Amino acid sequence: MIGRELKHRRSALWLAAILHRISGLALAIFLPFHFLALGLAINGEARLENFLRWTDQPLVKVAEIGLVFLFTTHLLGGLRILVIENFAWREGQKQLATLAAALSAIVAFAFLVRVF
Amino acid sequence: MNVRLYVWQRATAAVMAPLVVVHIAIIFYASRQGMSAADVLARTRGSIAWAAFYALFVLAVSIHASIGVRNILTEWSPLPERRADACAVFFGLVLAALGLRAVAAVVLP
Repeated sequence: MIGRELKHRRSALWLAAILHRISGLALAIFLPFHFLALGLAINGEARLENFLRWTDQPLVKVAEIGLVFLFTTHLLGGLRILVIENFAWREGQKQLATLAAALSAIVAFAFLVRVF
Repeated sequence: MNVRLYVWQRATAAVMAPLVVVHIAIIFYASRQGMSAADVLARTRGSIAWAAFYALFVLAVSIHASIGVRNILTEWSPLPERRADACAVFFGLVLAALGLRAVAAVVLP
């Protein structure tokens, strides 16, 4: 019974939906901190500079790579939803969702190469 | 989610899609340079174009994210709908205030 109820969770499109939601939630949690960090410049360039030098740490860079991945995932997942809702249905939604995840991983990897 | 919120969430998503692409490009450009505060502020301070770009981005994301947070709260938390609405409105207002403050911090000369 439970197995049948959870069967849809093996679908790539369910994974796409949950990834869209989780990435959105993560970005919503991150955004206030992002705005607070940029707001440091209101007290002068030096405070923002100090913060940016703190972000040079490898662990922070790794977190930034994760954020770039989530940001790109949420963008591509959102575009997929807008296309589904506003244009004629197209076959191959699973392939499109997989392509979006792969493209996000490529963008995040390119960012990794750039920052390290 | 009612129709009004649905339309606002999709409309803000459509507005933000090109803004996000530009923002990701800026993230790559800035990281290539080994970003410093002086680099960032030299580009943004006194720029009406960047002020308009980021102010629009902040307002759109505040609406979009608060509706998303409301959806998550109503579907995944035991909060009653009215309390979820209040939390989402509060979150959206905080996000807009912090975001516009950040825009002011980087664009005002």
